[in-house]
Amino acid sequence: MRFQLIGVNHKSAPLEIRERLAIPESRLPDTCRELTAYPGIEEGMVISTCNRVEVVTHTVNGHADLRGFLHDHFHLKPEELDAHLYEFREKDAVRHIFRVAASLDSMVVGEAQILGQVKEAYATARAVGAVRGQLDQLFSRAFAVAKRVRTETAVGSSSVSIASVAVELAKKIFGSLHGKNVFIVGAGKMSELAARHLMAHGCGSIFVANRTYERAIGLAQKFDGQAIKFEDLYSTCDRADIVITSTGAPHAIFRREHGEQFLARRKNRPMFFIDIAVPRDVSQDMAKLDGIFAYDIDDLQQAVSSHVADRRKEAERAEEIIAGEVERFEARLQTLDVVPTIVSLQDHLETIRQAEIDRVRGRMGQLTPEQEMAVEALTRGIINKVMHTPITTLKSAARESEATTVVDVVRRLFNLQVKGKEAGDPAAAKKAEVGTRQ
Amino acid sequence: MSLLWLRFALGCYFVGLIYAFVALTRTSDLFSRIALHAASLGMVFHFVSLVEVFVSGQFVWASVHNGESLLAFISMSFFMLIYAIYQTTSPGVVVFPIVFFLTFVAAMDEQPVLLTALVSHKGWLVAHIILIFTGYAALVLSFGASLLYLLQESRLKSKKATSLISFLPALEVIDQIGYRSLLLGFPFMTLGLLTGSVVALTTYGKVDFLDPKILLSVLMWAVYMIMVFTRWNSGWRGRRAAFLATFAFVAALAAWAANYFSTIHRFAAS
Repeated sequence: MRFQLIGVNHKSAPLEIRERLAIPESRLPDTCRELTAYPGIEEGMVISTCNRVEVVTHTVNGHADLRGFLHDHFHLKPEELDAHLYEFREKDAVRHIFRVAASLDSMVVGEAQILGQVKEAYATARAVGAVRGQLDQLFSRAFAVAKRVRTETAVGSSSVSIASVAVELAKKIFGSLHGKNVFIVGAGKMSELAARHLMAHGCGSIFVANRTYERAIGLAQKFDGQAIKFEDLYSTCDRADIVITSTGAPHAIFRREHGEQFLARRKNRPMFFIDIAVPRDVSQDMAKLDGIFAYDIDDLQQAVSSHVADRRKEAERAEEIIAGEVERFEARLQTLDVVPTIVSLQDHLETIRQAEIDRVRGRMGQLTPEQEMAVEALTRGIINKVMHTPITTLKSAARESEATTVVDVVRRLFNLQVKGKEAGDPAAAKKAEVGTRQ
Repeated sequence: MSLLWLRFALGCYFVGLIYAFVALTRTSDLFSRIALHAASLGMVFHFVSLVEVFVSGQFVWASVHNGESLLAFISMSFFMLIYAIYQTTSPGVVVFPIVFFLTFVAAMDEQPVLLTALVSHKGWLVAHIILIFTGYAALVLSFGASLLYLLQESRLKSKKATSLISFLPALEVIDQIGYRSLLLGFPFMTLGLLTGSVVALTTYGKVDFLDPKILLSVLMWAVYMIMVFTRWNSGWRGRRAAFLATFAFVAALAAWAANYFSTIHRFAAS
């Protein structure tokens, strides 16, 4: 596991720096090629979004000069850039990628866009051949982890803007919003935004009423809706299931008697009032009626902040999932690592060779140094020839998904038992024990 | 043997019962899935138990235990039907405890209680029992839905509904579940009472309206009808509908309990 990652994000670097590092989509393939051509780098890809620029690599020895790459590529001086960079290696790099894909490192935690962006970056790098075995494994896992976080925690499920909270509440009342009618009372930016959100979730027709009739017509046209004269407000309002009200009236314009009228005409089907006016447009006693659900700006604001708190709690759970997944990924990579198997195979055959030489040496009597060397060369030659194909197969398998199968077959064929947990570490791999039972 | 299957079913429904209590305080997708699977498994055992008792010829239509078992099974079927349509397990909060209770009583190893009167027209009796139980099951569900409606309404009114922890379906969905169960149950209940009257007529030659069982049954039916009417006519829902549903449910319970006071619908240990 020789992953190495370097980058900047919204927390580590100001916008000016991120702007200078941002790579336009059209330049991404070339950047990936350039990256893999850089010394010490086997595979590499670049994630470039408005909030982050990250270079993810799998390196030859785990110590590639990624900073150097950034300096060269962007023609930036170390003193300009280095203070804003973060760098992760191995397990930390894996964790970071998992967190990014699961949207835990985002500015708005849980937003869904980042996963799509990472997937695109991955596809681009893969298309130019910059992502092969190891990064492929890493990102496939990262996408699976992101999906798991999304399904097992509610980190991405709750919305944080007032408009989207309003949509969510409407859904809690009506279930599906398809065919529900919306009434905008008092044309304003915020009501327009809320209406847009509701329409995006399938609401049917829109009615607009405003003191100035022309403005009502203007807004109604935007939504393909119907402008209503303000005098007709009370006689038409019951046609709407959701009322967004934001007039500048000094007193409540919807009072209990209006609510009772509406409900009677609607056969008590519920109505949802989104009251974003200050002072409020819906009176307190009307809000108490059965079937009238009125949320004022404070209620909505509170819902927004409770969502933020909920998200934080869910993010903690997501972090736990990721910690577990990083461990699992590490363990999986270790089984995929072919180095220990190759080492055990070499050791195994060497032991056999030595044993056989020792066995026949007695029968052959004293050998001259030349004869000794010839025997040595002959046996070594045989062993190397025999081992050539299995080793190349193992090495090429390491870059494919079939690695585990091949490793398993070779181990079984030669009865190899690899112990030692740090299989990725060559020193430990050398120590790998060889089963010599025959 | 059938009792054994019934007890297995009871064990499964117990998981549902636990779910019913837990679901009121916190939401767990995993747990609702477990409860759903346990309930399905319970229904399989339950079905086997019913079939076995039926095939072995021991099924006595007028036995209280068999009746309770059948009622529990029909209620569960309704629950599953709702799950299939609305993908929600929340009616289980009400249905599971009731089903558990019914199955529990039915699975007790006591002498079956039999209707004392000898019924001459068995076909009518069978029709009466199945129809009225379907009606009861629909009523149970409608009652459950109206309680959930109240709960959801009060959450929305108290402005706490925005919390992530909300297992209840949308208000209108709950309302639909309740209304549809009500509509579906009404013809069954009506026909059930009519067939019951036929049984009474053929057995006793008259329908004694002063008998507590009949009085309460008619009362229950009247409340049921008022519920359907007010809902259809003026869209009553929420608190008023819940009051009516509770009243109908209590009337149904009373009608059930009236077996012990009724002279014509009496069960006795055989």
